[in-house]
Formats: sequence, structure tokens, C-alpha cells
Amino acid sequence: MSLILPYAREDAGQPPSLHAPYASTVARSPRQPLVTIPHTLTETTGPAGCWETLMGGSLADLTTQHKGAPQGQRIIVSGRVLDERGRPVPNTVMEIWQANAAGRYIHKKDQWDAPLDPNFTGAGRVVTDDQGRYQYVTVRPGAYPWGNHHNAWRPSHIHLSLLGPAFATRIITQMYFPDDPLIEIDPIANAVPLPFRQRMVSRFDIETTRPNWALGYLFDVVLRGRDATPTEDDHDD
Amino acid sequence: MTTEQVNPAPRLDNQDPDLFGQTPSQTVGPFFHYGLPWKGGADLVGQSDMGARPELFPEDHYVLNLAPPKGPVSGEVITLEGVVYDADGKPVPDAMIEIWQANAAGRYASPDDARPDVPLDDGFIGFGRAATGEDGLYRFKTVLPGAVPGLGNGLQAPHIAVSVFGRGIIKRLTTRIYFEGQDANASDPILALVPAERRETLLARRQDGAWRFDIVLQGAAETVFFDI
Repeated sequence: MSLILPYAREDAGQPPSLHAPYASTVARSPRQPLVTIPHTLTETTGPAGCWETLMGGSLADLTTQHKGAPQGQRIIVSGRVLDERGRPVPNTVMEIWQANAAGRYIHKKDQWDAPLDPNFTGAGRVVTDDQGRYQYVTVRPGAYPWGNHHNAWRPSHIHLSLLGPAFATRIITQMYFPDDPLIEIDPIANAVPLPFRQRMVSRFDIETTRPNWALGYLFDVVLRGRDATPTEDDHDD
Repeated sequence: MTTEQVNPAPRLDNQDPDLFGQTPSQTVGPFFHYGLPWKGGADLVGQSDMGARPELFPEDHYVLNLAPPKGPVSGEVITLEGVVYDADGKPVPDAMIEIWQANAAGRYASPDDARPDVPLDDGFIGFGRAATGEDGLYRFKTVLPGAVPGLGNGLQAPHIAVSVFGRGIIKRLTTRIYFEGQDANASDPILALVPAERRETLLARRQDGAWRFDIVLQGAAETVFFDI
């Protein structure tokens, strides 16, 4: 007999796999129905509390990884990782990657004609404290054009990757900035229906802003949570 | 005569209590290679650099650490590989595959698997990450997992949980790798939920000394993906 405490299923704010305005989804999304499965130990476990052993130490300041300071607006991004019942998710890893202030990725396949910055890679990693809090320092990424449709531009965004406590809680998302007019016309952000799309928009925060140093933004990440009570599955057929 | 200046209502954003709920998924995009797949991420048992694509960015921009050394593991070491295909049968060169599995004894290295009677391997976590190459190929080195508890009193056949990310994949796709020839497959409670004619898309097969598991995102041989 195994007691399994399942996680909640995805809520109404998750995007569909096929969102034709984001053209690459058309050939890369399944057409067969997904097979719904119950949560077993496979889905309710995950690597946890072993980040240093698994991938290495924290990289919380993206502005000090090279000889000089990167170009652009220095920002502090701070927030919490919570489950959907509002409980903190402590000691969990969040991986971060982004374009530089001009909107250019260090990646060789990014051939947009905006300058690279030798002092900026754009990769980081933080681990939440016992109250689920995290903070990192970076520069605000620029917007950039892409080939999805005529005159397509991605809004400024920071890519975030979280594992959470279980295979079921894994999420990769993007954090956007407030008052960015490009969000409205971005097929990737718009794969998420309103109002849920706004869950991906950070908030400027004067308290997080450090005088004479950097602007502050708040962004909480909410992972799938566990149901209230364990279900004892004794269907033994 | 002055009129009081009134700020417009704040726009809904991440901090609004009315909007509280799961953070939506977004694509990993095409440019994740300097940020996610670290050197050694696809080698769960050895010291190799497998998993990363360091040729896709300048060397001095590799800031992800080398994974620390792993310890000895029990069980059969295996190579697990396959190609990710799109709807047109073209390899996907910008996908990222993650695996999560139990050790050879069937124990997950997770606080949520607290069974004291099933041994852990000190040097084995069971989580791996690999970027696909230009040929769409991913490759892991790991151990053949043991059987793990299923529903009720039953066991699940040895399997590996898989996450698929990539450009054009807005939301993680999840599937499972089972191993051809395992007697336990016939009584596995999750395989039993899959239409019989599609079950073989979940079976890795022996090929050239490795276990081969292709992932077909769409089309006639489409891999079974799960709603978990």
C-alpha cells in the first residue's frame, strides 16, 4: 500500500501546446489526446535539496561574471516561489537566462544585428531561502525582432526554469516587464489567455529599488501545489 | 481651481491577489544552451561533459559549473539515446530533454521517497538534462532503473520519466521510457492506461549497444504524451 499525496492538475492559466500564431508550435505539438495518468511516486518525487551536487553553486549576480560591468539598466529582481496554496517553496532552484540590454543573446545562432556585450553572458541561478525568497541582479534585457511574422518583436523578458519539489511541479516560463506595449502583440505571451497572461508580468517596486544603484522588480513564481489530503489508492485490480 | 490628480487603477500583474495561481508555462526558446544544459548534465554516472552544447556560444561565456564528481552506482550502466522529430519527420536541433528516475534498487533520491528499506546510492541523483544536437539526437548515460511502487500494492515496471522542451514547445511535454523485454511491462498500471496500439511508442529498444528511444512530436508514430 503506498500513500501518494498528488499535486493539483494544471489550472486554466496554462497555455495550449498548439497556438498557431506562434508558428513553430504547428509542427511541434502533439495531435493525439494526452493520456491522463494518476500521480505515482514517479510524479511526486524530484531532485530536491541537492542543487550544488547536481548543477553547481548559485550565480545570483549576472553583472559581475566578467572583467567589466555590462551595458544597460542594472536591475534587482526579487520575489518568492510559492505553491498555489500560497505556501513558500524553500530551497528550490531557479535558473535564469536572458538577452543583453540590446536584445542580443550570446548564442551563436542569434544573428540579429545588435551588439554583443563581452561583459554579459546572461545566465544565472538562485536557490530560494527557507521562506521561498530569492533575489538576483542583472540588466534589463532589450526587445528583439524574430522571424515569426512580419515586424515581429519579442517583448523584454527573462527566461526562468524551476524544478520545484517534484517531477509534477517542473515549469519553464518567461518574466515580462510592466507597461511593455509589445506584450499585447506577442504570440508567445498571448498563448496564455487573459487575465492569466498578467501572471507573467513583473511589478516595479520602489522598496526593492536600491538608491543610486538599481531599479527593483517583484516577481513571484507559483508552482502546482499538493492536494489537502492524501489519497490511499487501494484499487488493487 | 485645482483638480486632484488621480492615478489610474494599477494594471493587473504578477502581484495582484486576484490573479494568484499557477505561473503559466512558456517556451524555452532557441537560445537556452548557455543557460540550462550544463556540462555533464546528461551523464548521471560518470565524469564526462555530456549534455551541453558549448560550441553554440563563446567559451568564456560558459558560466554554468562543471557538475561535481559522481560516486559509484549499483546496477547496469546504460546509454539511452534517441532523436526528437517534428511533424514533418525532421530532427529537432533545439530541444532539451530531461529525465527523472529511480536507482537500480527502485529508490528515488527525493525526500518524498522515504522508504528506509530500499537503498540509495550516494553518488546517484537520477536527474539528467541533455540538449539535442544538430541531428536531433539526445544521449544520456545512466543506470537501468528498478521497479518502483505503483498504485495500491502493485509495482510499476522499470521506467524513466521524461520532459521535452524546445523552441515551438510552449508547454512541457511529458512521457515515459519503458524497456522492451521487461516482463513487468505487461502489468504496469500506467502502460495499461495507454491504448494498446500506441504503447510501443513508449518502449526503448536495444540498438547498437544502447537503448534507443525516439520522440516523435506529431504524426503517424507520435509518441504518447501524458497529462500529469
